[in-house]
Amino acid sequence: MTMSTPPEIVGFHARRTARWHWAEFAFWTVLIGCGLLFPSRYLIMTEIVRLGLFALSLDLILGYAGIVSLGHAAFFGVGAYSAGLLALHGIVGEPVLALLVAGLAAAVLGFATSFLVIRGVDLTRLMVTLGIALLLEALAERFSDITGGTDGLQGIVMQPLLGLFEFDIFGKVGFWYTVAVLFVLFLLARRVVHSPFGLSLRAIRNNPLRASAVGIPVNARLVAIYTFAAFYAGIAGALFTQTTQLASLDVFSFERSADLILVLVLGGTGYLYGGLIGALVFKLLQETFSILTPQYWLFWIGLVLVVIVMIGRERLHRWVLFLPRSIARAVRSGKTAAGGAE
Amino acid sequence: MTLALQTIGLEKQFGGLAVTRDLSLNVEAGARHALIGPNGAGKTTVINQLTGVLKPNGGRILLEGHDITHMPVHKRVLRGLSRTFQINQLYADLTPLETIGLAVSERSGHGSDWWRRMGTRADINGEIAENLERFKLLDVMNEPTGTLPYGKQRLLEIAVAIATKPRVLLLDEPAAGVPESERHDILAAVAGLPREVTVLLIEHDMDLVFSFADRISVLVSGALLTEGTPEEVARDPQVKAVYLGEDADV
Ligand SMILES: Nc1ncnc2c1ncn2[C@@H]1O[C@H](COP(=O)(O)OP(=O)(O)OP(=O)(O)O)[C@@H](O)[C@H]1O
Ligand SMILES: [Mg+2]
Repeated sequence: MTMSTPPEIVGFHARRTARWHWAEFAFWTVLIGCGLLFPSRYLIMTEIVRLGLFALSLDLILGYAGIVSLGHAAFFGVGAYSAGLLALHGIVGEPVLALLVAGLAAAVLGFATSFLVIRGVDLTRLMVTLGIALLLEALAERFSDITGGTDGLQGIVMQPLLGLFEFDIFGKVGFWYTVAVLFVLFLLARRVVHSPFGLSLRAIRNNPLRASAVGIPVNARLVAIYTFAAFYAGIAGALFTQTTQLASLDVFSFERSADLILVLVLGGTGYLYGGLIGALVFKLLQETFSILTPQYWLFWIGLVLVVIVMIGRERLHRWVLFLPRSIARAVRSGKTAAGGAE
Repeated sequence: MTLALQTIGLEKQFGGLAVTRDLSLNVEAGARHALIGPNGAGKTTVINQLTGVLKPNGGRILLEGHDITHMPVHKRVLRGLSRTFQINQLYADLTPLETIGLAVSERSGHGSDWWRRMGTRADINGEIAENLERFKLLDVMNEPTGTLPYGKQRLLEIAVAIATKPRVLLLDEPAAGVPESERHDILAAVAGLPREVTVLLIEHDMDLVFSFADRISVLVSGALLTEGTPEEVARDPQVKAVYLGEDADV
C-alpha cells in the first residue's frame, strides 16, 4: 500500500482505530466456543453474557461520555417488567419484538430523565440516578396490582423465538438468543463509538468547555447517548425476564446498579470490551469466593476492589496481557521483517 | 464600515466586583484588532462573554449585526465566532488528528453522524490534513494531546479554532508561556492567519501586538481607556501612564 498525500494518510489513521483487532475475533470465537463446549453451563453463561450487555450499556455513558450513574438498574428494571407484562398479557407475543418494545420503554424513561442527569456535576448525577432507581422500585412495589408487588410477576410463559425455537429447560435457546442479541448490539455500539458522534462524546468527557467551543451541542449529545444506553439496559432487563420467566422488585435494586460499577472497575471502561470481560471476571470471582467461603464473598470482592484501585488497572492489564502482547509483538515483528513495512 | 463584532454597554460583575464596565467595543470586518490591558483588566472575561461562556449582566453583543447575547456557546461557533483559550483547553486523551477531525466534522454538519465512521469522507480528511500541515502537527497527529510539548499544544489550540472556519477569531494570549525555542512557530501561525478572518488578539507581548495589529483598544479595570491605531495608542499619555509606563516587560 502506498500512501503519499497527507489526506490519504489522515484518512488511514482516522479509520485505524475502528479496524477489527485480532484479539476481538479471538474474543468472539472463545465466547461461541464456550457455548459449544459447555452445554451443561448454559444458565450461568447466559447470566454472564447478559451482565456483559448491561455493563456495555453503562460503559457507553461512563466510559465514553463520562456520565456516572448509581441507578442504571432503573432501565434494566423497566425493560424486565415491560417484557414480563408484554408476555403475561399477550400484548406482544413474539420475544424478539417484545424485546425491542421493552428496550424502547426503557429508552423513553432514559430520555425523560436525561435532562435531570446531564446537568450538574458527578456527585449530583450519582444522587439523581440513584434516586430515580429507588423511586421506580418504590413505585413497582406500590402498584402491586400491575407488577405483582413483592411476589413479582407470576406465570410468565414465553412463546417460541421467531415462532420457531421453543425456550428449553437447559437454557440452550436462551443462551444463544442472548449471545445473538449481545453481538448485534455490540456491533451497533462499535459503529457508534467510532463515528463522529462517538468521538464527540469522548471529547465532551475530556473537556466540555472545549467541546462546546468547537460547536458541539454538548447537552444534546449527552441526552442522545443516555437514551441510547437506557435502550441497551432495557434490553438486558428484558432478556433477564425472557430467559428466566421472572420479574421481581430486585431488578431495580441498588445492588444491581452497584455491581455494575464493580464489573466496569474490573474490566475497564472506554473500549467496549470492559463490560464483557468484567462480567466474566465478576461472575468467576463470585463463584470462586462463594465456594471457598460463602459468608465472606463480600469481603473478598471488597479486597479485590481495593487492590485494583491501589495498583491501578493499567498496571494490572499490563501484567495480565504481558504474555499475549509479547507473542503478538513477536509475530508482528517477524512479519515485518519478512514482508517489509506496512 | 461593516462591523464584524460589536458590544454595546457590556456589563459584568462577579459578586461586588465590576469586571466589565459599560464596554462598547467595535471590531471592523477584516481587522487585526488587539485588546490590551494590565493583568486582571478583564480581557479574558470579555472573551468569555463574547463566546457565551459567561452571561453578561447587561448590554448586548452583536456578531455581524445579529444579536447573539443569549445564544448558546456552540451556536455562536456555527455562526462563525471561534476562540483560543489563554490556558489550553484541549482533549488530553484525544490525538491532534481526532481533535481537528471533530472540529471539521462539526463545522461541516457531520458531527452528529452516528453511523458513518471517522476518516471515510475524503473532503473532511483533506481539510484535516490541511490544518495539521499548516500548524506543523502532521508529525505528532497520532500522539495523545496530553503528551505533546507545550508549544505543540499551543499550536493545536490555534489549529482547532481555525478548523471551525471562523469569520471572527478571538485569540487569548496565544504566545503565553511558550518557551523561546517554540515561539517562532506560534508567531508564524498568528502572522499567517487567513486575511479574510477578522482577528481580535489579546496579548501582553508588545512586539507581537504592534507588529500584528492595525487597531488597538486599551482596557483598564474593565472599562475602555482608549482606542486607536497603534501609533495613536503608543503616543497616548494616558496609556503610557496607566499601562506602558507601569511595567517594563509588558
Ligand atoms: N469566575 C470568576 N469569578 C470571580 N472573579 C473572577 C472570575 N473570573 C475572573 N475574575 C476576576 O475578574 C478580573 C478580571 O479577570 P480576567 O481574567 O478577565 O483578566 P485578564 O485581563 O484576562 O487578566 P490576564 O492578563 O492576567 O489574563 C480579575 O480580578 C479576576 O480575579
Ligand atoms: Mg486573561
